[in-house]
Amino acid sequence: MNKKQKRLLRRILVAFAFFALAFALEASGTLARWFGDPGDLYAEFALYMVPFVIAGYDVVLKAARNIGQGQVFDENFLMAVATIGAFALVLFPNSDPHMAEGAAVMLFYQVGELFQSYAVGKSRKSIAAMMDIAPEFASVERGGELVQVDPAEVVPDETIVVKPGERVPLDGVVLTGTSQLDTAALTGEALPRDVAPGDEVVSGCVNMTGVLSVRVSKPYGESTVSRILELVENASEKKARTENFITRFARWYTPVVVVLAVLLSAVPPLLGVGSFATWVERGLTFLVVSCPCALVISVPLSFFGGIGGASRLGILVKGGNYLEALAHADTVVFDKTGTLTSGSFEVVAIVTQEGIEPADLVRVAAHAEAYSDHPIAVSVRAAFGKEIDRALVTDVHERGGHGVSACVAGSSVLVGSEEMLVEAGVPCAACETAGTVLHVAADGRYLGHIVVADVAKPDACQAVADLHAAGVARTVMLTGDREQVAAAIARDLGIDEYRAQLLPQDKVAEVEKLLAEKAQVGKAAKGKLVFVGDGINDAPVLTRADIGIAMGAMGSDAAIEAADIVLMDDKPSSIARAIRVARKTMAIVWQNIVFALGIKVAVLLLAAVGLANMWLAVFADVGVCVIAILNAMRCMNVRKM
Amino acid sequence: MRKVFKLDEIDCANCARKFEDAIKKVEGVQDASVNFMTQKLTLTAADEEFEAVFARVVKLAAKIEPDCEIIA
Repeated sequence: MNKKQKRLLRRILVAFAFFALAFALEASGTLARWFGDPGDLYAEFALYMVPFVIAGYDVVLKAARNIGQGQVFDENFLMAVATIGAFALVLFPNSDPHMAEGAAVMLFYQVGELFQSYAVGKSRKSIAAMMDIAPEFASVERGGELVQVDPAEVVPDETIVVKPGERVPLDGVVLTGTSQLDTAALTGEALPRDVAPGDEVVSGCVNMTGVLSVRVSKPYGESTVSRILELVENASEKKARTENFITRFARWYTPVVVVLAVLLSAVPPLLGVGSFATWVERGLTFLVVSCPCALVISVPLSFFGGIGGASRLGILVKGGNYLEALAHADTVVFDKTGTLTSGSFEVVAIVTQEGIEPADLVRVAAHAEAYSDHPIAVSVRAAFGKEIDRALVTDVHERGGHGVSACVAGSSVLVGSEEMLVEAGVPCAACETAGTVLHVAADGRYLGHIVVADVAKPDACQAVADLHAAGVARTVMLTGDREQVAAAIARDLGIDEYRAQLLPQDKVAEVEKLLAEKAQVGKAAKGKLVFVGDGINDAPVLTRADIGIAMGAMGSDAAIEAADIVLMDDKPSSIARAIRVARKTMAIVWQNIVFALGIKVAVLLLAAVGLANMWLAVFADVGVCVIAILNAMRCMNVRKM
Repeated sequence: MRKVFKLDEIDCANCARKFEDAIKKVEGVQDASVNFMTQKLTLTAADEEFEAVFARVVKLAAKIEPDCEIIA
């Protein structure tokens, strides 16, 4: 609690003590015994005035000040009118005193204010703590010495040293040292990441085991950590539709309730129905529930909590509007490479002719591919796994797009596509495994083939299942790859549809086609289309989809710019998790709206027919506010999502 | 030009909403957003008159939210 809140709490406690005293004296009949009639009324007034003034003097002062500026619908003013009105009710002929209500309403109103300011301050702090990834200093080498400076003062190409336990202050490349990095604050990923010289490190990670010296690659303002912080800080500026609806609603709610209160107080008694005292009391009860605070606070608080909670899982949402849209996602479109698959090739099958050992086949192929940087060549060498004796390899010719021919240990080897081998007069065996097929021949004799494929990420299958479980009706995969490869991956992962052999610009067209189909169905107008890509070459598609999700974005600026939601890690399972967080947030938002509005309307109706008094009204008002805030704070709790 | 200011002591969500509405009506303000959660005011106005517009906003704040301080 801050100073202001503590002061308010003290005032409330003192006021409550006086209130209890007054209530005891009045209810026990002591006042009547001591002062008689009508002296007890004056005594009662004086006794309840004490807690009223202690609890609410500032409300009345603010009311006076604001009314001076023409703010009629100021809640301070309305609360002052309601409470002073309650005291004044006794002036009507044939009426009961309502002084206890006057004091109590003010007291509870202040309790509500205190709770609201405390709860909001608390959640603001806990969200800030979640985002506590900002490094405090950087140890930079200058003139042969290590100096600690503000990270913002370090310029690219300087060398910084990060000790175990310290946060990496700026993005850079490891020069010396090996260590493990804890990326949990950025990605939500619990497993540490190994780094060695030459590896990139991103700011915000915590260095765990060894001392690293790092060459800085970006100034602080452009480093990952400050981009993330900026993104999350600005997130709540983009307001969700629900939030705007509540804002508009709040603009009308107070004036409408106040006008109703005035009408209720004046019209029935003027028409001769009941006494002024009765109807004015009902009108005052209206004023007690005239503040839309519970709604106005709980909706943005829910979004703020949801965005904060998501960021803790490594899911950065750029605004409440995107979280809201994501909750309505019913179509998820994936880019294949880098999103569902790791983007690196692996040998998935080795098929040999009779009498040939698979290991020999791989050895021959790996040697033929010894000088190639092509990802396929790299994967074959990785499958071989042993040192390649380059001295054995001569006369290498790369045949772009088809393969390679080389002389390996004296025999002439061909590694490549069927076309290439057939051209050289070597018939090939057919291959049934999906992937890129490398046929291998030596001295004109067919040895067998190696199939390499871009393998699915370990959690891709689970991710697609999770999406379907989360209510996504349609999953589509877009790829530039061959039909066969696309079909196999789509089948393995359980993806509903795929579009193969697309050029990058075709992907935008495909997404537009899917959007148009959705528009035609009509009923699904609310269902949103999500596109998930790795942020490389797909910025236009990210922008075109209802919601663009970029994944594996640690360090990729273009993706962070273009996407609406950024996944810090490269796990497809985070997509379903993001949808679950969004759904939960929206559920809480709607619970709060329905609950707060429902209770308010119920109190208004009951008050209008005389079934609710001011006690009930103030409890309903403060209670709704407290419950709505507590409910909103649940949004932050995403641990088990 | 778009600039973000910190707001000190903006107490209730509804006040923040009313404050935002009022700032949007200030002459020269192109857009304004009061974020109750982060206690920040984002103000957009033309570059050449930003100072003047900001001064008007501060004046307005002193009038309708006297407890709230705008920290540049």
